[in-house]
Order: sequence, then structure tokens, then C-alpha cells
Amino acid sequence: MAELSTPSRFSLRRLRNLPLVPIIILLVVFIIPAFFAQWIAPHDPYVPNLRARLQPPVFFGGTWEYPLGTDRLGRDILSRILHGAWYVMAVSMIGIFVGVVVGTTLGLIAGYVRGRFDSLVMRLVDISLALPAMLLALALAAALGASFLSVVIVVGFALWAYFARQVRAEVLLLRDSDFVARSLVAGSSHARILFRHILPNVVNTIVVLATLQVGIAIMLDASLSFLGIGIPRPTPAWGLLVSDGRDFIATDWWIAFFPGLAIMLTVLSVNMIGDWLRDALDPRLKQF
Amino acid sequence: MNSQTKKPLLEVQDLKVEIKTKVGSFVPVNGHSFSVHEGETIGIVGESGSGKSMTASALMRLLPKHVAKITEGSVRLDGKELLTLSEKQMRKVRGAEISMILQDPQTSLNPAFTVGSQIKEALRLHAPGPRRSLRSRAIDALKAVKVAAPEQRIDAYPGELSGGMRQRVVGAIAISCRPKVIIADEPTTSLDVTVQAQYLRLLRELQEETGMAILFITHDFGIVASLCHRVLVMYAGRIVESGPVGKIFANPAHPYTEALIATVPSLSGNQGRLRTIPGQPPSPAEKIVGCPFAPRCDYADARCRSEAPPTVLANGDSEHTTSCWRAVNQ
Repeated sequence: MAELSTPSRFSLRRLRNLPLVPIIILLVVFIIPAFFAQWIAPHDPYVPNLRARLQPPVFFGGTWEYPLGTDRLGRDILSRILHGAWYVMAVSMIGIFVGVVVGTTLGLIAGYVRGRFDSLVMRLVDISLALPAMLLALALAAALGASFLSVVIVVGFALWAYFARQVRAEVLLLRDSDFVARSLVAGSSHARILFRHILPNVVNTIVVLATLQVGIAIMLDASLSFLGIGIPRPTPAWGLLVSDGRDFIATDWWIAFFPGLAIMLTVLSVNMIGDWLRDALDPRLKQF
Repeated sequence: MNSQTKKPLLEVQDLKVEIKTKVGSFVPVNGHSFSVHEGETIGIVGESGSGKSMTASALMRLLPKHVAKITEGSVRLDGKELLTLSEKQMRKVRGAEISMILQDPQTSLNPAFTVGSQIKEALRLHAPGPRRSLRSRAIDALKAVKVAAPEQRIDAYPGELSGGMRQRVVGAIAISCRPKVIIADEPTTSLDVTVQAQYLRLLRELQEETGMAILFITHDFGIVASLCHRVLVMYAGRIVESGPVGKIFANPAHPYTEALIATVPSLSGNQGRLRTIPGQPPSPAEKIVGCPFAPRCDYADARCRSEAPPTVLANGDSEHTTSCWRAVNQ
């Protein structure tokens, strides 16, 4: 008997090209601050210190006391960025979760049953993609008042259509595949086919898409905050920090620069990780 | 095998399937009647589009919804009428009493699950049991289809197996609940010739062990000759000839059958060019007047083109029927 090679689908080989630099940046700028800001931030992010107003960063005439400088109320920029990470993460994660659940469910059913329900869902997708998220955010902020909830709803609404469209497209292919027919022939019900046979085959797509959407969610959240229709002050959401520094950009540039840098580094590294994940989980490489 | 002494497992009467599309309706299965007995293999032969696979889907009641419909007839499995069962009841029949092997082993297994979990799924649907016994029954099913080292293969993903091996696994799933009837829809077309021969031998051995009836859909008369007891020859949605393999090969009564047999290349002698049947089968949307094969038939006369031939006994043999005016005239 020849020995059987059983290469697991999640072999170490796939993990070899881990994008280390983006992962480290993400950990340092985003993930660790999000969970441990309380312990690593040198100052309280909310308490003003008027004697230390508008201190420049350390290598630009400032001191190590305030490494990234202070804002016009004397609050430590570094501490505010560190504390803000948690809000950014909460909004983007919950928002994407909402988008994934809504989009995947509708996409699965639409692709499987086709017909009228499918047309309805796809028109909703078209509408949702045509409607600017900002407009919805303004409307929601006007109706409900800007809050954590309204931001999550806006993010979820901005993203669900991408998931619905992608999942539906894959389900359309999968539902006519022979393994679905084979399972029907064995006596499976449609619910079983959908959740046991089709869903596992679209999970990779959902994971990759969700990762790539993290960047979009963070940008959206930052834009909403910047416009003042995101999470309300005094929460140090990153978009708010950028917005705070807007009036001082010519003189005290660090107030807006460092939060902006944090947003850019986070989005960039998340996108790079998403790209890597897409290659690593490519269904075409996986299947045969 | 003598079909008279065994009881009929599957009896099909006047089965008619209609397909409705935007360009009109047509009838891919037009009044089929046949029966399959225990331990018997029936070959269904015909060109692409002759309604072979539609017949299979109709028997499983898995016709594409909204498009195709069974309009007439009866399908009795072991005395039980299938066409009046509810979808839920039918689900219990599928896989358990009548099962199917599909054409392409490359795609009929879900790439995301191990072979074992897919065999166990079929078992769980019809004969649930504790985890450990499911696994050992799945291993037994793999053993039954002669998969080497089933204890290891059961944890393999379909992508890790060869085409022949995968088709054995599909076979294992189909027979795992011991169905009375198996429909094999061209199960060997995508396998190479040596693997194909092994697979056919395996099917025959399984049949001898279990006494199941096999409906073997193919376009290859060579396979029919080596595997089947009886043949149904289909053309344009109709059964144009049926009877025991030996008699049909020795004495084909329908010109289409004759032409099909002539296309099988033989190994002896100088063949020259391979034989083909000139012309095309009628498009399903075409309105057929007279015998559907008449335009391609060497013997067709005026009546063939104007009047559909009845189904009659060929050569006065009660097991052998055909629908051709030449047989009527005899």
C-alpha cells in the first residue's frame, strides 16, 4: 500500500508568506491600543492641561512628556490616538458584522431561490450602491442624532450590498453544481443544501471581502467623525481628532497629522493583509 | 438473467414530461413505458438531447422547477406510486430506495468536505445512528466499492483523490443506504477506458451482491453490450426500440438502432473511416410530423414522413418492441 499523503488545506505552507510588516504595524497602531490603551497611554485623554497647550512633538521642539504633542486644550495627542483605537475598532467590526450577516443571508437566499426574491434583492443592492453613504449618514444623524448606533448602521448599510452581490454570484454557480444535485439525489432538503453545502463554499470569499472592507469601514467612520456626524465628542475617534486639528493645520500641524497617520497606517496594513488573505484562500488554488 | 421470474421493482407507465419555455413547449419524455426487475440492468441509449437524462430526473422527481413538469403517467417503485408523494415523502425515498450516480465525479463531490462526511451525510439522512457506527458504516461503504485503505481515504478531501477513485466514492454514497434501484447517468464518460472497465465490473459485482436494479444511461452501445440485460433505445423523446440486448444486437428492428450499432468501432479488420449517422436529431422545439427519425433514415418513405409509427412487436417476439413502419409491414 502506497503511503497516503494527506495535505491539510490549512497547511503551514500557506502561512509562510505572512505579511509581517503590515501585521506588526496593525498590532502596534491599532490592535494593542484598542485593548490596552488604559494601561499604555501616558496621560488621560480627556483631561485638559492648559499649561501644556499646543506642545509640539518631541523632535520638533517638544519633550518626551508629550511625544506627539498636545492639542489646544493641552491634551496628549498620543493618549488620545491610543484611546480612540477602541472606538474605531468597535465601529468597524460591528458595522462589518452587520453588513456580513445581512448581505450574506440575502445573497444566499437570492442566489438559491432566484426568481422574484432575487430581483428584489438585486434592485435593493443597486439602490444601496447608488446611494452615497454620507447622505444616509446625514439623514440618520438628523433623524436619530449622531450616536454609536447610527454610525454602525451607516457602516453596515454601506457594506451589505457588496456581500450580497458577491455571495449571490457564487451561489448561482454553486447551486447548479453536481455536488448539490448529488446531495439532492441522496435525499437532502433545500435548507440542508444551502447551509451545509453551499455556505461553506462561500466562507472564504466572505472572509476575504470582510477583511478588505475593514479599511473602507475605518475610512467611512473617520469621514463621518470628521464631518461631525459620527460618534459625538468628546470620544477621541480618529476622524474627530483630525477634525480638531483642521483649524491649526498651518501652525500646529501635529494635531491633525498624527491621527491622520494612524488612520492611513491602519487602513494600509489591513488592506495589505486582505490582499494576502485573498491569495492564500483563493478557491481556485484550494479546490484541486 | 430471466426477467420473468423476478418481480418488477420499477414500473413506468406512459411517462410524459413537458418543458415550457419562452419559445414554446416541447416534450422531452413522450409516453415512456418500461419496467425494471430485481437484479436487472437496463440500458437507456440515445444521442445527446434524446431525453435520457430528463427521464432520469423525472424518475427522481428532480426536474428543474417551473420549467419542466410531469404531465402524465405513473412511476411505481416496488408497488409504491412516486408521482403522488409529497416533496417531504419523496425526500425519504431519494437515496434510500432509489438513488443516482451522476456523470462527473470531478464535481459531484463537495470540495469543502471530506469524503467521509459526505458518505455519512447520506447515511444520516436515512439511517441515523451514533457517530462511531456512522463512521464504520461509511468505511464499509468505501470497502464495498473497493476503495483501497478506506480507513485513510475516509478523511481525504475530494481534491486528493483521482477521478476513478472519486467516482467510486460517488458510487459508495449512492449505495450506502442500499437502494433498490440505482440510476447511473453516464457514470463512466469522464473516466479513461481502463478505469471505466473496472468501474463497470464493480457495478456488476455490487448488483450480484445486493440484487439492486440498475438503469444505465449511456450513449455507448459497447458498454450496453457488456453490462446490460435489456436496452431502451431513445430518439427525440421517444422509446423507439426495446428488448433484450442479445436480440437487439443480432437483429435490430429500428433503423436508428441499426445505425447506432454500426457506429461502434470493432477491433477486427480494417475499418476505414468511422461510421456516423448523417444529419442531426430534430431540435426539441420542432414540431414533428410522422416518424422523428424519418429525415435521417435510409428506408423512409412517404408514410414515414406523414404518420407516426405505432409501437409493435418486432419479429413477432414478445420481449422485443419497436416503433417503425417497417416492423408493422412485416
